[in-house]
Amino acid sequence: MCGIVGLFLKDRSLEPRLGALLTDMLVTMTDRGPDSAGIAIYGGEAAGSAKLTVQSDDPQTDFATLAEELGSVIDAAVSGAVKDSHIVLTLPADKVAAARQALPELRQGVRVMSTGAAMEIYKEVGLPRDVAARFAVSQMSGSHGIGHTRMATESAVTTLGAHPFSTGLDQCLVHNGSLSNHNALRRKLRREGIHIETENDTEVGAAYLTWKMQTGSSLGEALKSSLEALDGFFTFVVGTKDGFGVVRDPIACKPAVMAETDQYVAFGSEYRALVNLPGIETARVWEPEPATVYFWNH
Amino acid sequence: MQTFDLEAQDLRALNTALHAQAETLSQANWEVVNAKGSHAIAVGLDAPIEVTVKGSTGYYCAGMNSQAKVHVHGSAGPGVAENMMSGTVIVEGDASQYAGATGHGGLLVIKGNASSRCGISMKGIDIVVHGNIGHMSAFMAQSGNLVVLGDAGDALGDSLYEARLFVRGSVKSLGADCIEKEMRPEHLEILADLLERAGADAKPEEFKRYGSARKLYNFDVDNASAY
Repeated sequence: MCGIVGLFLKDRSLEPRLGALLTDMLVTMTDRGPDSAGIAIYGGEAAGSAKLTVQSDDPQTDFATLAEELGSVIDAAVSGAVKDSHIVLTLPADKVAAARQALPELRQGVRVMSTGAAMEIYKEVGLPRDVAARFAVSQMSGSHGIGHTRMATESAVTTLGAHPFSTGLDQCLVHNGSLSNHNALRRKLRREGIHIETENDTEVGAAYLTWKMQTGSSLGEALKSSLEALDGFFTFVVGTKDGFGVVRDPIACKPAVMAETDQYVAFGSEYRALVNLPGIETARVWEPEPATVYFWNH
Repeated sequence: MQTFDLEAQDLRALNTALHAQAETLSQANWEVVNAKGSHAIAVGLDAPIEVTVKGSTGYYCAGMNSQAKVHVHGSAGPGVAENMMSGTVIVEGDASQYAGATGHGGLLVIKGNASSRCGISMKGIDIVVHGNIGHMSAFMAQSGNLVVLGDAGDALGDSLYEARLFVRGSVKSLGADCIEKEMRPEHLEILADLLERAGADAKPEEFKRYGSARKLYNFDVDNASAY
C-alpha cells in the first residue's frame, strides 16, 4: 500500500499551519503503511543561501560541532539546526558543492537527505505519529509539503528506504506502488554515472527523473517519459521549489484523491486524509486521471 | 429514524447494529453522520432497511448488500457496492475505482462520475452512471446492465461475456471482443425501466448498445491446437 499526502498552499495566511495540517493528514494514513515515514517541506528561503539536510544514525556525537567545522573547511558562515537525527545546515549557495565534498571527510556515514534553497527532507523508520513528533513537524511552517508513510514491499525497512527521495536541488519524489523493472533500470542508470545507494525501487524512479533532468528534460517532460520507462504500479507525487506535481501509471490502481479550494491544493491516497482541511466541505474533490501529469506552481 | 455519529461511536458498532436488523427488524431508517471517508460503512447488510450516509465514504461502502437501500450524500471511495446481491445503492457524488465490481444483483446508481473498472466482473447487477466512467469498465462482465449517460474510457467491455452495456456519449475505445450491437425493442424497454428507476433524465433512443462478439469465450475448433 503506502500512503501519500501533499499540501500546496495558495493562501499565505495558512503557511504557519502547514506542518500541523500535514502531520494530521499523514497520521491519518498510518494504516496504509506503518513502517517508516517522511516529509519534504518547503519554506524559509533566503537569497543566496542554501540548505543541506543531513542525517546520522548517531547525531549526539556527530552534530554538536559539525556546522562550525564545515564552516572552517569551506571558508564560509555555516549555521546548523539539529532536529533529532537530522541537521539542517544553512550556508552560501555557491558553497554547496564544496560542502557536499567535505561532509564525508568530516563525518563518516552521514547522509545528505536533500539540498536546495527551500526544501528540507526528514525521514525515519517508525510510525508517522512518532516520526512527526521526533522532528516536531507540526511546528513547521512553509509554502508546501509532501508526506509519505511506507509499507515496504521491494526493499528493506531502513531510513534510506523511506520516502521522500531527493531527485535534485529542491526536488523530491514519493511513491505508492511497486516498480518491476527497477533492477535493469538501476544497472542502466549506474552505467550513466548516476549514484544509486540502495536496492529500493523508488530510489531508481527518483534517479531516473534526476538523469532525465540532467540530460535536458524539464521535470514535466521527465515525468511524462517515466510513463514509458517505468514498468509497474505507481502514483507519484513530486515536489519542486515552487510547486508540486502528480502522475499515475496508466492502470491507476494505486488510489489518489485531490481537493482544491481558493486556499490550497491537497493530495491524499484516500479522502480520509483530507477531511480536516479547512473548507473541505465545499472544495472541488476529484480523482486524478491515469497517465496524466498534473502540476501546480506559485 | 436512528442517527449514528461515526465521530462518537466506532464503525464496528454501526455495522453490528445494522446487521442485527437481519435477525429482528426494529428500526427501518438509519442515518450515519460524520462519515469522513471511513471504510466499510454499511457493509454486509441483509434486511429491508434504509441507510442514509451524510458525507463521503472510503473503501467498500455498502459492499455485499442484500435488500437494503443505502444512499450516500457525498462521494464514494473504491469498491462501493462491491459484490452487491440485491437492494439499491445511490451515490450522489462520484465513485472511485471498481464501483459495483462482481455484483450479483440490485441497482447501483452513481449521480456523478465513476472512475476505472466500473462494473468489473459484474454478474447480474444493474449499474446506472449519470456521468462518465473510466478505463477498463465492465471487464469480463458476465451479466446485468451497465448504463452510462456520459462517456466511457478506454477498453470498455474487454473480454465481455453476456452483460449489456449502454452508453449515451462517446466510447474512447472498445476492449477485446466487445462490439456495438443493434438496439432492439426489448433493449429499449430494459433501458427505459433502468433510467426511470435511476432518476435519469435521458431517452433510451439516445444510447448505443455494446455487447460481446462471443469470439473470445466460445470454443472454436479451429483453435484446438492452441490448447
